[in-house]
Amino acid sequence: MTIIKKVNKPPLIIPLRLGFFLAKRQIIRGNIWTTILIIMVMSLTFINLIFIGGILTGIIESSSVSNRQLYSGDVIISALSKKPYIENSPAVISMVKALPWTEAVSYRFVSSGVIEANYKNKTDLSELSEEAGGLVAGIDPEVEDAVTGLAGKIIEGKYLDSDDTEFILVGADKFFKYTPIDTPSMQNLKNTGVGDKVRVSVAGRTKEFTIKGIVRSKVGEVDNRIFMISSSLRDMAGRSDNSVNEIILKLKDGADPAVAQSALLAAGAGKWGKVQTWEESQPKFLKDIKGTFTILGDIVGSIGLVVASITIFIVIFINAITRRKFIGIMKGIGINSFAIEFSYVLQSLFYAGIGTAVGLSILFFALVPYFVSHPVNFPFSDGVLAVTWKGALIRAAFLMTASLIAGYIPAKLVIRQNTLDAILGR
Amino acid sequence: MIIVENLVKKFKTGDSELIALKGVSFKVAEGQFLAITGKSGSGKSTLLYQMGALDFPTNGSVYIDGKDIVKMGNRERTELRLMELGYVFQDYALLPELTAVENVMAPLMMQGAPKKQARMISEESLRKVGLEHKLYNKPSQLSGGEQQRVSIARAIGHNPKIIFADEPTANLDSETSKIVLDIFLGLHKKGQTIVMVTHESEYAVLAERIIRLSDGEIISDEKNKQ
Ligand SMILES: Nc1ncnc2c1ncn2[C@@H]1O[C@H](COP(=O)(O)OP(=O)(O)O)[C@@H](O)[C@H]1O
Ligand SMILES: [Mg+2]
Repeated sequence: MTIIKKVNKPPLIIPLRLGFFLAKRQIIRGNIWTTILIIMVMSLTFINLIFIGGILTGIIESSSVSNRQLYSGDVIISALSKKPYIENSPAVISMVKALPWTEAVSYRFVSSGVIEANYKNKTDLSELSEEAGGLVAGIDPEVEDAVTGLAGKIIEGKYLDSDDTEFILVGADKFFKYTPIDTPSMQNLKNTGVGDKVRVSVAGRTKEFTIKGIVRSKVGEVDNRIFMISSSLRDMAGRSDNSVNEIILKLKDGADPAVAQSALLAAGAGKWGKVQTWEESQPKFLKDIKGTFTILGDIVGSIGLVVASITIFIVIFINAITRRKFIGIMKGIGINSFAIEFSYVLQSLFYAGIGTAVGLSILFFALVPYFVSHPVNFPFSDGVLAVTWKGALIRAAFLMTASLIAGYIPAKLVIRQNTLDAILGR
Repeated sequence: MIIVENLVKKFKTGDSELIALKGVSFKVAEGQFLAITGKSGSGKSTLLYQMGALDFPTNGSVYIDGKDIVKMGNRERTELRLMELGYVFQDYALLPELTAVENVMAPLMMQGAPKKQARMISEESLRKVGLEHKLYNKPSQLSGGEQQRVSIARAIGHNPKIIFADEPTANLDSETSKIVLDIFLGLHKKGQTIVMVTHESEYAVLAERIIRLSDGEIISDEKNKQ
């Protein structure tokens, strides 16, 4: 019989191989329900690492996306500060249309105004009529819809036609029904709806319109506005020139807004209006919340990582403690501590690895699609679960590292106990 | 050759001190089958653990082939147990998730034997204890006697210098105990050094030499005249 005798310091491969041999059998022949439970805990822990941060980012991201789609387009040109409109508008519009990346362009006249309703039902003069202020936008309904898809955001009534001189669309924020806020600074219409006649005053002139539809997009700049066809607004505001206030540029797929922006600036558009990419034009509150949510998401994620580490620690600790006698026996018959430790590290990596894989699948094949079809209804966006493979894999790597440490420490704690005490269970 | 010299083991429990071994000395020649017997609590197991490098005595020395194992560090003792010693415990001490053959393989793999070779040696070992038909049973699928035979196969797999057995038959019925002792006797016949602790004198008398302990002291040390 050949026996290998007197290996003074065993080469690393020997304990590693034996550790693998032991770990594999402990996992395979261990209680299947325990294994399933541990893997479930690990995958939920992993999802927990990502979920809250993903939802928080998702709220902001879908808000940004809506803002870009419905309000700013990919590039927006607006009036320079202290100017009433974009100067030289027709020239700027032709500049925009001449860009090779341009897919569609819309432009809006914007003016502040007041909408008034229920003025006919007043029985005496002391009674107040319903009133709300806001921006009135004059648009070409077809072009606007081509660029922003505004027609898809009508939640009541119908979208404007090009010759609807007597009709307007009103943003949902102007109705108490949709935005139940009523403060002196933010007044809205309470008993008015689609089909009702209202008075709109712009630049001292008042005209009666019928509400044709209500717009709700969760984009503040849109839901706060009153839309009419541009000729109606130009008539009321007394503007016979062709100057506009907002030029919205939709680029072809894959075109870089920053490139289009620089091209416009190079062509001199900056002299007449403020040229911004959709990102730059985002409301400041969105940018602020984005920063805050990223920090919040990271904090929640870090706590999740600590919880995950503690979970693995407890799992491996219990696993090692209940096997204390067998660990003692192994040491007793001469198996070195490193091989035993390695077998436990492998087990925790196995649990973390499978748990992460299950978690990733649940995340990308169940949760993300679920939130896409059932977005969370937030006041300023339809929240989806924003996770990227890169972000998820980074967290998976974190979790694996944490498992490595959290698996090693408890195994070490149990393994370094007195061998004989462990064998005899005392 | 084992030399036990003035071995003292004290246990502290609270304020009181218990002297489990009160200066025990004797020698075990190579190839000897020694039985250590005595009443429960007389210090048999304690003595065996000191001799088998599983515990550190309070005083005294244990030489195995001229080396004082009491002076060895933990790493060196682990190496010694792996390479030179074999153990059989009262409760078999098998790893529950390994099959019979894998239980025998584990220490062989630790010694550096490739898996195939370890498996071959283990099967051979199990055949020696008459378990060639239960190679792939887990401990839970084996009777007590069979489990004890697996543990003997594990103890002899690497041809150890000395086998230490602590009450190997205490959990077995008399018929199975006989089988286990027959295995020991067979090993002894081939020159294996065996130190076996048992409180059952009917089994002790089967050994070549019997040391009787009482209260941590040797009260008799006699050769078996068969
Ligand atoms: N770890 C320990 N702590 C305290 N007392 C112990 C310990 N181990 C053994 N003893 C005591 O030492 C004496 C000898 O024990 P042991 O060697 O187990 O006896 P035997 O194996 O002969 O039955 C007993 O009185 C026992 O209670
Ligand atoms: Mg005992």
